[in-house]
Amino acid sequence: MNETHVSIPEVPPLLARPMALAPLAPLSLSLNTFARAVARNHPGLFRRLGEHAHAKFVLDPTDLPFVILLEPRGGAPKVTVRRRSAQGDARIAGPLAAFLGLVHGAYDGDALFFSRDLVIEGDTAAALALRNAIDDAELDFAEEAARLSGPFAAPLRRIITLTERRMGICLSRPPEELAW
Amino acid sequence: MVMEIVCPAGTPAALRAAVKAGAHTVYCGFADETNARNFPGLNFSREEMQEGVRFAHAHGAKVLVAINTYPRAGAEEIWRQAVADSETAGADAVILADPGLLDYAARNHPDLRRHLSVQAAAANADIINFYARAFGVKRVVLPRVLSVPEIAAINAETDVETEVFVFGGLCVMAEGRCSLSSYATGKSPNMNGVCSPASHVEYRETGDGLDARLGGYTIHRVGRDEPAPYPTLCKGCFTAGGKTGHLFEDPVSLNAEQLIPQLAKAGVTALKIEGRQRSRSYVAQVVRNFRAAVDAQAAGQPIPQGMLASLSEGQATTTGAYKKTWR
Repeated sequence: MNETHVSIPEVPPLLARPMALAPLAPLSLSLNTFARAVARNHPGLFRRLGEHAHAKFVLDPTDLPFVILLEPRGGAPKVTVRRRSAQGDARIAGPLAAFLGLVHGAYDGDALFFSRDLVIEGDTAAALALRNAIDDAELDFAEEAARLSGPFAAPLRRIITLTERRMGICLSRPPEELAW
Repeated sequence: MVMEIVCPAGTPAALRAAVKAGAHTVYCGFADETNARNFPGLNFSREEMQEGVRFAHAHGAKVLVAINTYPRAGAEEIWRQAVADSETAGADAVILADPGLLDYAARNHPDLRRHLSVQAAAANADIINFYARAFGVKRVVLPRVLSVPEIAAINAETDVETEVFVFGGLCVMAEGRCSLSSYATGKSPNMNGVCSPASHVEYRETGDGLDARLGGYTIHRVGRDEPAPYPTLCKGCFTAGGKTGHLFEDPVSLNAEQLIPQLAKAGVTALKIEGRQRSRSYVAQVVRNFRAAVDAQAAGQPIPQGMLASLSEGQATTTGAYKKTWR
């Protein structure tokens, strides 16, 4: 019998603290636009949610001073950023890097859960459906953002690569050969 | 000869990941109660199955469709249709457990290869040979309660291929006959395709730890720094008679990669990886590891040491019944 543990990086407090003072409306607006673009490009994600396509998910990046309320609304998603409280059917909490690694297939959801890097409360079935639907969608946030950025796509990709390297956070789908 | 690795795919993305990572064979199921991993957000539509089979075949891999729950009285057509749709999709075999469904498949789809699911709990050569004679079963997935010498004894008395679990969640019960999930939730892997269904599982953060609840019963409570508890009764932790402990074994995951040479010697044809409920990242990582292991075994080289414990349920592994050391 043996035990190992994957180390999940956290957003440094020096970066996270100033976000507590930032206005949340522009962040909500940006994430909403982003979520709708993802919905357009990955309609299968919402089909896979099945009966949970209208559940409310509270995503709680524990190293950031806000929570994200995600409402898939059957394919017309709504994202709202709130200070530390929000009501939903399921709450999923963990470092931002765990969420992003999960989305991009760099981490396994069950492994993060059993290691307590991710905490799930409330409707377990809804949380499971969301995780499975996202895993199947093979999302790449960097590519989605680049598509929305028009002429700024190339510099954005450079910034994303630099951020990934500096912070150890997975903002894009890792090449399969390197990931596994 | 290289042992065949049979890999799980809960989603089309996981199927592609498994094939790209070197799976010889992938097993999956339809998104309904006909298979024993009927979980939210998992499994394949008919179109996805056809596409998945096409992808696998284009890359030299096979696809097995698990239809391994027991048909409900009056609703047999759902299971029969799943068999027919598997053949239409071009599946290489179906994995069945119910004798009635096996009989239906043998009579109506004779060219579709039939494997016997672990859910049938066929644990000796007599019953395996009966399934072969009666329904033309070509392969049996052996229950996870057998030791390596017991597997060798079975292979000595049957021509049916044997497939054994080598990695993933460890079911310590005789599969297909376990009623623990039914007791707590009214639903079981045998009839509904769900052991401890997520709809009946709840995790609660408490002041000093985490509680796992199933069907309203608290079945395990862990401290702040312990791994999250597994939500099944068989892996719960209980207090009775002044003693606290797990009923059968600590909640560990099976990892028999170091036993591959013994399993090959025992006559095993295929090695099965559990985990259709796991992510494509998990599937790819485990498949890559086991492909390297069986390739090394075939080449007469030592089995490489794996690094898979971080992916395991409970974050710890065991060789399970293959070496019977549990209490």
